[in-house]
Amino acid sequence: MLTPESLKRIDREIAKYPADQKQSAVMAALAIAQEEQGWLSSEAIECVAGYLGMAPIAAYEVATFYNMYDLKPVGKYKLSVCTNLPCMLTGGVDAGEYLKRKLGIGFNETTPDGLITLKESECMGACGDAPVMIVNNRRMCSWMNPEQIDKLLAELK
Amino acid sequence: MAILGAINPMLTVGLDGDNAWRLADYVKRDGYSALRRILESGIGQGDVINEVKKSVLRGRGGAGFPTGLKWSFMPRAFPGDKYVVCNSDEGEPGTFKDRDILRYNPHAVIEGMAIAGFAMGAARGYNYIHGEIWEIYERFEEALEEARAAGFLGRNILGSGFDFDLFAHHGYGAYICGEETALLESIEGKKGQPRFKPPFPASFGLYGKPTTINNTETFASVPYIINMGGDQYLEAGKPNNGGTKLFSVSGHVNRPGNYEVPLGTPFAKLLEMAGGMRGGRRLKGCIPGGSSAPVVPGPTMMDCTMDYDSISKAGSMLGSGAVIVMDETTCMVKALERLSYFYYEESCGQCTPCREGTSWLYKVVHRIEHGKGRADDLDLLASVTTNIMGRTICALGDAASMPVQSFIKHFRDEFAYHIENRKCLVPVDVQRAGSGFFTATA
Repeated sequence: MLTPESLKRIDREIAKYPADQKQSAVMAALAIAQEEQGWLSSEAIECVAGYLGMAPIAAYEVATFYNMYDLKPVGKYKLSVCTNLPCMLTGGVDAGEYLKRKLGIGFNETTPDGLITLKESECMGACGDAPVMIVNNRRMCSWMNPEQIDKLLAELK
Repeated sequence: MAILGAINPMLTVGLDGDNAWRLADYVKRDGYSALRRILESGIGQGDVINEVKKSVLRGRGGAGFPTGLKWSFMPRAFPGDKYVVCNSDEGEPGTFKDRDILRYNPHAVIEGMAIAGFAMGAARGYNYIHGEIWEIYERFEEALEEARAAGFLGRNILGSGFDFDLFAHHGYGAYICGEETALLESIEGKKGQPRFKPPFPASFGLYGKPTTINNTETFASVPYIINMGGDQYLEAGKPNNGGTKLFSVSGHVNRPGNYEVPLGTPFAKLLEMAGGMRGGRRLKGCIPGGSSAPVVPGPTMMDCTMDYDSISKAGSMLGSGAVIVMDETTCMVKALERLSYFYYEESCGQCTPCREGTSWLYKVVHRIEHGKGRADDLDLLASVTTNIMGRTICALGDAASMPVQSFIKHFRDEFAYHIENRKCLVPVDVQRAGSGFFTATA
């Protein structure tokens, strides 16, 4: 069910590990599957498990353990906002509140048009840039004051 | 800018250009000369380890364990696979130095790991990079390609017969993977749950093979140690605290960011470099080594120097060098509530005292913060922490307990006020003004 392009990327990950340790590529493979499909369905997890020759339950354990995997559909853009202490001191919690008001949704909710899912997140390791948020697990946005947040929201269409 | 300020820096010298992270620029900065000298001049494995021992380089990830000693634990004559692993899973709240090392000086990490591989007889390495810093992970992959193409990684490096290859592995959102054995489990494609120790990774590590795990900054320091010599590196810091260190300063300062200074630099100097306190306000408390380190009251902190020994004397830990600065607008109950939520959220669930205990800690601090505290709650919190500490496989349980103990110890009146008056000692609008969020655009 994954595209040949995704499988090719997974092959590249498998090659990083000893030949008898294909399971090591499971984290990257699940991330690739999620990138392709937007979220991880049971079918996608099973497909990854099958491709790596591991038990589906073992892949499911990994998918449920790490926070950046989405086991339910999310909006076109997932916005993860750090509210941990260093960010909180510099407006991380305020940034979350500001986004909730602007979007009319709470954390773990999606706007009715399916555009944006809002998530509260733990430390991203960028506390000097607080407030920080990540778009779709990939793009880190720094120093997100109200002006910057407005700009970002205008861009996410 | 790569770094906001430095005193006698090593790791962050010459990093301001856009291409400073590229191989060509690194080579211009003397990059890969340490590896080259080792491989071409027949310096032995033991000599390299001795040089690192002489430098008294102490692990930069948090524990501060002497790196040379750790390397000497590896059975380097053991035939078969051995691994070196870099821990770039930087998720300790307050810490963001490794992100900048990988962003601006990734080849120093690669060279340090190759030297480590040589010294410990390992032919393969992995760098485990925090999933949240995806752009940095991609850059590191590119740096690896450059190093392979130039013959600094791969088979028969620089014609010496030494083989070493290195790969990047990304995390995907689990704080616990910063614990070294959880990190190994994660590379093996499993849930990141820490292993019982012993056996230690030096005998039973990745895929059950001898493995040494060091922090990003630790590996990145190695080429500089080899180039300048262990003695000189040690002198750059203070006795028992070799070299310079990157400090990540966050919170209520004017210029949050990374600063490279010699170990032993006064905290007051570091604070001054970071632009001083925001709005000229008073320093209420400081967590000097990442969220797991006990909080230190402002006046005590102002008398500390930034090294393992001084911070330890002040009752805390230098840890990862993450300096979280809190001014008088901070509600200490709210600050602790957020940290306790973090540990509750990130406990891997393997050990009952931690899994259940972190939940209790959060719930009790939460109810105090929300005006529902009970008279005996502070005793209850103390009892929960003592029932967690020392009763778990890894240090997360202790890490969750130390903030609770230290916040209550140093700011007990504030907690008691919350419980009695069902509200914050620091008015909510003062707290709100402290974050500076809404005034940023005003």
